[in-house]
Amino acid sequence: MRLLNRSAGRLSRHRRGPLAGLAVVLLGLLMTGGLYTVFSPAQAGSAASSEEQIAQGRELFLVSCAFCHGQNGEGLRTQQGNGDETQFGPTLVGVGAAAVDFQVSTGRMPMSRPGAQAPRKPVAFSDDEIAALAAYVASLGPGPAIPDESDYSLEGMSDEERQQAITNGGQIFLTNCTACHNFEGSGGAMPRGGAAPQIRGVEPRLIYEAMLTGPGQMDSFSNGNLSPEEKRDVIAYLGSMEDMPNYGGFGLGGLGPVVEGMVAWVFGIGLLVGAAVWIAAHTTRSTKKKVDA
Amino acid sequence: MDTTKVAKTNATTAATAKKPNRAGAVAGWADERLGLATAMKKNLRKVFPDHWSFMLGEIALWSFVVLLLTGVFLTLWFTPSMGEVQYNGSYDQLRGIHMSEAYASSLRLSFDVRGGLLMRQMHHWAAMLFVASMMVHLLRVWFTGAYRKPRELNWVIGCLLLILGTLEGFTGYSLPDDLLSGTGIRAADGFVKATPVVGSYMSFFMFGGEFPGESIIPRLYTVHVLLIPGLLLALIAAHMLLLVYHKHTQWPGPGRTEQNVVGFPMLPVYAAKAGGFFFMVFGVTALMGALFTINPVWKYGPYDPSKVTAGSQPDWYMGWPDGALRIMPGLETHIWGITISWNVMLPILILPVVMFTILLLLPFIDAWITGDKRDHHLLERPRNAPTRTALMVALMTMYGLFWIAGGNDIIAIKLHASINQITYFLRVAVFVGPVIAFVVTRRWCISLQRKDNETLLHGYETGIIMRSAEGGYSERHLPLPESRAYAIAARDRDPVIDGHPGAEVDANGVPAPTGGRLAALRHRLRTVWYADNVQKPTPAELEEGHHHAEHEHELQAPVEGHAADGHQFDGHHAVEDEHLRSH
Amino acid sequence: MSESHDNQHAHELTNVPDPAVVNDLYADPGLPEHQWRPTDVDAHAEKRAERQVATLFGLSAICTILFLVSYFAFDIGDDPDVVGGFGASNLFLGLSLAGALLFLGSGIIQWARKLMADHEIVEYRHPAASSDDDREATLAALNAGLEESGIGRRPLVRNSLLGAVGLLGLPAVVALRDLGPTPSQVEKNADYPGAGLEHTLWAKGVRVVRDVVGTPIRPGDVEIGDLFNAEPETLFNGGEDGEPLEGLALQVGKSKGAVVMIRMAPEEIIPGEGRENWSVDGIVCYSKICTHVGCPISLNERKTHHLLCPCHQSTFDLADSGRVIFGPAARALPQLPLAVDEEGYLIAQSDFTEPVGPSFWERG
Repeated sequence: MRLLNRSAGRLSRHRRGPLAGLAVVLLGLLMTGGLYTVFSPAQAGSAASSEEQIAQGRELFLVSCAFCHGQNGEGLRTQQGNGDETQFGPTLVGVGAAAVDFQVSTGRMPMSRPGAQAPRKPVAFSDDEIAALAAYVASLGPGPAIPDESDYSLEGMSDEERQQAITNGGQIFLTNCTACHNFEGSGGAMPRGGAAPQIRGVEPRLIYEAMLTGPGQMDSFSNGNLSPEEKRDVIAYLGSMEDMPNYGGFGLGGLGPVVEGMVAWVFGIGLLVGAAVWIAAHTTRSTKKKVDA
Repeated sequence: MDTTKVAKTNATTAATAKKPNRAGAVAGWADERLGLATAMKKNLRKVFPDHWSFMLGEIALWSFVVLLLTGVFLTLWFTPSMGEVQYNGSYDQLRGIHMSEAYASSLRLSFDVRGGLLMRQMHHWAAMLFVASMMVHLLRVWFTGAYRKPRELNWVIGCLLLILGTLEGFTGYSLPDDLLSGTGIRAADGFVKATPVVGSYMSFFMFGGEFPGESIIPRLYTVHVLLIPGLLLALIAAHMLLLVYHKHTQWPGPGRTEQNVVGFPMLPVYAAKAGGFFFMVFGVTALMGALFTINPVWKYGPYDPSKVTAGSQPDWYMGWPDGALRIMPGLETHIWGITISWNVMLPILILPVVMFTILLLLPFIDAWITGDKRDHHLLERPRNAPTRTALMVALMTMYGLFWIAGGNDIIAIKLHASINQITYFLRVAVFVGPVIAFVVTRRWCISLQRKDNETLLHGYETGIIMRSAEGGYSERHLPLPESRAYAIAARDRDPVIDGHPGAEVDANGVPAPTGGRLAALRHRLRTVWYADNVQKPTPAELEEGHHHAEHEHELQAPVEGHAADGHQFDGHHAVEDEHLRSH
Repeated sequence: MSESHDNQHAHELTNVPDPAVVNDLYADPGLPEHQWRPTDVDAHAEKRAERQVATLFGLSAICTILFLVSYFAFDIGDDPDVVGGFGASNLFLGLSLAGALLFLGSGIIQWARKLMADHEIVEYRHPAASSDDDREATLAALNAGLEESGIGRRPLVRNSLLGAVGLLGLPAVVALRDLGPTPSQVEKNADYPGAGLEHTLWAKGVRVVRDVVGTPIRPGDVEIGDLFNAEPETLFNGGEDGEPLEGLALQVGKSKGAVVMIRMAPEEIIPGEGRENWSVDGIVCYSKICTHVGCPISLNERKTHHLLCPCHQSTFDLADSGRVIFGPAARALPQLPLAVDEEGYLIAQSDFTEPVGPSFWERG
């Protein structure tokens, strides 16, 4: 119920738009259709992404995205001062619903200003608005659809198969992901101020979408690269890491030896130097003289 | 010959000098066989001066003991072998994976041996504390001038301990054969290969063939548990023996001179304090092992030469050469069919050796420049040797900047900075930073010297503002307590440097030989060494200063006793028997 | 006896600065009068301190018992006990051990601080050097020994001895020769595929396969923007009877054969001289081993095709023959020339045309 109220409130703020009337009319439809999309994410070209949803998505797109990505999602290129042509906003034709769902659900889009790195921000749209946007962009050209939960869940597998999936996922993860995202998914630095974000604690759907679409500077891991099962296994491995107890105590951010060194100096040496000061400190003195018995 | 203890009869009772108590009986038993009494006579009540900074080296000593204890525990389960096995232990995420026996036994220690993970973590934390405390101790020794004659050789031994400790750490964290340690060994292979002429041969000898080979872990293991610990033990013993022989340095103060050492006796006070400190070091290590994950090898996975993780760093003490490696521009010479990799050789093979040699020679460089050949048992405050202090701060700055470079990727993600810009900045900063640090520290020391002189001459600031009858305000200065003034004034006067080399006279009154380029250089360095240092007041200046203070006192006499007189609570005097005067 | 003592005293004076030099401003006020601690003068305070120390020792004993209890109480292994998200065994073993040690240590220190006699005592220093007499006697003994050996008078004996002893250092070095084979021996013996610094598992026709799973790749599998962490197929079928490689052969094979393969729009590639046909429809393949010190690199920026090394941040441009654009590496990443076999899978045209990984002297 909360979800619906939130989306209603959000929509009413858009009433100033020229097609706001249409949006209000669509509300009734969205209350049913939107809910459906949330629980059964849109497939490109499937019946779920109705014409109306696409129309609503286009509406939202024109308001929030078209400035950088162009009126029809064709992308925008601009001239820089030195004559180099740089991409202002890339084309969205063919990026698919998965890319939209990832970028908008993590708050990366819309960006506050163009740049190399799109940071994670509070999400600007409601779930059914995101679904509408995704449906619209998916209608621009064929691209990866939003994965279904069945794509990345280990539901219905035997314990042994689960175990196998997690172990396999660990190997895929260590081969393909740790180089940028670090061994615990804590993230890492990339050239010129870029960064691979932390992927610990991120929803499975978003991780799946990121592998599928390669957001920002990330490489994509299309189904020809990592099969859907392998993607599922990676997610299973990350989930198992999440569920794993901290065997050795606090994780120190999972950043490796740099933080460990800082802890050794600040906590270890700090405490021990403190102890040395205590040992050598003079105790309270009395003014009294000792009376020899 | 003392014949009192020789048995004169065939009786079964031992011949003893006199009837001892229970402790004496044990000591007597031992002495009759070992003759220890002569050596112990003085040493049991050996005097150690009391100051917190004298206990920093002890942290290193005790963490070494912790390393020995936890290390022995680890060897009982660790298998130093690169043989391939399939993992079947308790850690789910890696079950069924092929890995080296070394890594499998590290996992076994972590998950299937009770207390094994604790010992692994304590061993690793203790290693970090070992090297860190050696460095803190080294800084204390340098900043107080404790390395001066007759203790130069102990400085050299200490430096050797530092480098051996570092190598011991490297060989240790390379043993579990996880992804991170393997990446470290791989980089080490790159360093070795960059050695001119013999690089690839050395690499093949080290690894028993091509990297990674099957020999490196067992070899590192031998070095880690036998060779280096043996050397460390021997050098620590020598370090301690020399410490006992020289007797500890002390801070100057009333009754504390170059000829004596004042403090508490070894037995019982120091035995208790040092013994207690051992348990503290051990305890803190256990606390860290309990609370903080270190080197979670299970998350890195087994070493695989085709995998890598972001944030691949060595442990902190190897961080600075790694930082130098990171910011070095890519220079390589290809000529006559050979390759010279300056980009690897300079930062990792040459720079550490040069830095270490400089460190080792510092006491001798200092003695050569200052020409000081006297024994020193009283410590100097860092401010009273501005150039010495500034020199170490400059070296520390350089070290710190290289260190930052070694963590540039973590800094980039945490501060949202660009690794490229951090690198460009550091390329300049490692040269400019130390110079700035040198100048700032030196001036800082000199102004502190000036402040000391002010206090000696005019007394300390009481914080009490006096208003004279005319309405003028002045802050009341009071003379320092005698003992404090004595301690501040207990420092050497710097030698007077004349305008030309050879004009100075050394400690034995012999004029230094003139001429020669070396002598000229030494003269120039000596001039720089002492330049701008502030000397303590001469007796005449002190006399005049006191005179002046008395005069001021007279001027303030009319208000004496009328205003707040809280100065007796300013921490410079004992407070007993003092009360705020009632008006 | 008294003479030698005087000598020593004289030595001391030249060696140690006169105290007046150290402090010519104030006379030494001498050691301050000893001040007693409350525990020295107040029987109640003394008892309190005694109880305090004993309490600390008692707490230590309790913690030791807790350690023993924790050892047996908390499971590890398959089904570890977890408390507050932490491994219970490690946490409680560590905390109880820390408690046992810290309480014991602070008890002992407190004992020393509060109850042990705290009179500072004075010990006199002696110069590190021996007395002049002893020195002379030692020198005389040394000289006598040298003289009697005749080492100075018999240069033939001395020099031949020095030569013989010096030569003994050589076995120590030479005996280490068999630590490993030389690079050329490794290459000649070829005990495993791709042996030697100049070779890898790649050869004409070797398929490029996905790492971990070992499946071959068709160009159609690779989308623009994809990054494949790939290996030579030999790793998976190069052993006897087409078995996967194992042990040393596997490790060495991976350490030189690992590659990254990406696809970009063909017009983005700046073809290097003689490398015009090394790519397949915009698919390019490079060694994964950094030319700096050998870390595997696969941190690729999809849009710029810049590949970053996580160890020392060397950055390579994969659109431009793997040229170094930043960082300490000096040489471009070796590129693997690609082709497609008759079954439509990506293969190598040949081995790398230069040694992969870090530089070495005779590399050229």
